[in-house]
Amino acid sequence: MKHHEILIAGFGGQGILFLGRTLALAGMFEGYEVSWYPSYGPEMRGGTANCTVIVSEEEIGATISDHPDICIVMNEPSFHRFVPLVRPKGLLVVNTSLVRTHCPREDLEVLPVPANDLARVYLNGAEVTNTIILGALLARCPVVCRKSAEWALAEALRGKRESLYTLNLKALGVGWEFVAKGG
Amino acid sequence: MEKVLMRGNEAVAEAAVRAGCRLYFGYPITPQNEISEYLSFRLPQVGGVFLQAESEVAAIHMIYGAASTGARVMTSSSGPGISLMQEGLSSLAAAELPCVVVNMSRGGPGVGNIQPAQSDYFQAVKGGGHGDYRLIVLAPSTVQELVDLTYRAFYLADKYRNPVEILGDGMLGQMMEPVVFRDPEFPPLPPKDWAVRGKGNGPRKWIVCFDLDPKGLEELNLRLWRKYRRLEEEEVDYVTFGCSEPEVLLVGFGTVGRILRSVVREGEKEGLKLALFRPITLFPFPKKALQEYARKARAVLVVEMNLGQMLEDVELAVRGEVPVFFLGHTGGVIPTVEEVLEYIHFLLAKEVRVWK
Repeated sequence: MKHHEILIAGFGGQGILFLGRTLALAGMFEGYEVSWYPSYGPEMRGGTANCTVIVSEEEIGATISDHPDICIVMNEPSFHRFVPLVRPKGLLVVNTSLVRTHCPREDLEVLPVPANDLARVYLNGAEVTNTIILGALLARCPVVCRKSAEWALAEALRGKRESLYTLNLKALGVGWEFVAKGG
Repeated sequence: MEKVLMRGNEAVAEAAVRAGCRLYFGYPITPQNEISEYLSFRLPQVGGVFLQAESEVAAIHMIYGAASTGARVMTSSSGPGISLMQEGLSSLAAAELPCVVVNMSRGGPGVGNIQPAQSDYFQAVKGGGHGDYRLIVLAPSTVQELVDLTYRAFYLADKYRNPVEILGDGMLGQMMEPVVFRDPEFPPLPPKDWAVRGKGNGPRKWIVCFDLDPKGLEELNLRLWRKYRRLEEEEVDYVTFGCSEPEVLLVGFGTVGRILRSVVREGEKEGLKLALFRPITLFPFPKKALQEYARKARAVLVVEMNLGQMLEDVELAVRGEVPVFFLGHTGGVIPTVEEVLEYIHFLLAKEVRVWK
């Protein structure tokens, strides 16, 4: 049975909440039960941000996760705060452009993605590291399929912010290719 | 029907508009500001009025005035703001005016914080303001239920001529889930012949929240009392989930109710026989149903994001027939599935055996 508890964490401004929402939307398009719960406290006014997305075949109970099976960390403080919580054998996606610490746990599958470096090389420095990371995640673990994520980006951005849509679509591909071609 | 991914606060606002609410008065407070934000652009689209009042006290009295005309009206706030509205709510209850109040409650007491809590249960369910009155209190636990109960809140307010409070919390307000807006079918409502809309050639009417004659005021109180008893007969609602003869019956409302759903499922994997009883109407409280469910269990465990408020109503309903235990967090701390399970194991190992 499909059931993913995904925690996404980083700085405010890295698009943490947007990444989560895109994932939740894509899950909804595929007919799954989904929930999205953001941190909305003082963090939101600068500093760290995180959100929990659950994609499941069954009705969702708790919307926060004691032990997420997928954890995306976009900066160093989030790495230290959340890595200990990840479920054994869980997947840890790390933005290695900003996180220098090596993962001390050996019971996790680690997917290193140098998102800021990829953005610099392939996207002219545009800071859409969140969507690069999403592309990388989906190439490794099909929480939702790539097409659904593209639809979700269209739903969130098309018409309203067309140039951002095009950019994010490209970023999704950059992350996907990075993993698909063997990191 | 189309599913949309929506934040709880926006979903309750859209549901209100679809339920026919055209007037909203409120004052900003976290974590419910998206309700005001949404209605500030949505109400003008449908010919309604969004008004940011100068305070919560002003907002609730604007509700009094607008409700007197028979219009469907709503306000929303969180803990501290709802406290400021208590005088007005007492007046609305006394004048038997229908309205809907949303409380996306947060950590208290005092200014507290902006994280989710359920510590406004007493205030919502036991009257809150001065005098002998009750609000109808509905406790949604998902964004979809928030939508469905918003429709129901307006219907019940009109049917019983009573203020209805939707008691959510910061988590429900801030989270997103897919929702479908299904227009519900309710039985027809009586005409609002009491509403004041200009005398014209009609009879003289007045809407007041006092009666200087003791016998008259007692008559009002008794009329309200009969209304509350009728609510207990006709409008009680709850859901149950899990094992039919559980070792432990878990009781929780709103956000905690859904966390307990996960506890029941996870507990099953560990060989525990658990069930959930989640009241949807907090007033009227599902006393009889809870008593019956509790009788089938060895123990009852109440979990809340406060230090034991609904617990008192559960104890009254269970009447000592089954031991009742409690686990609570306050100040915005959210109970985890893991710790509830751990506590259940502890109860079954130590406490329950002693009791039985």
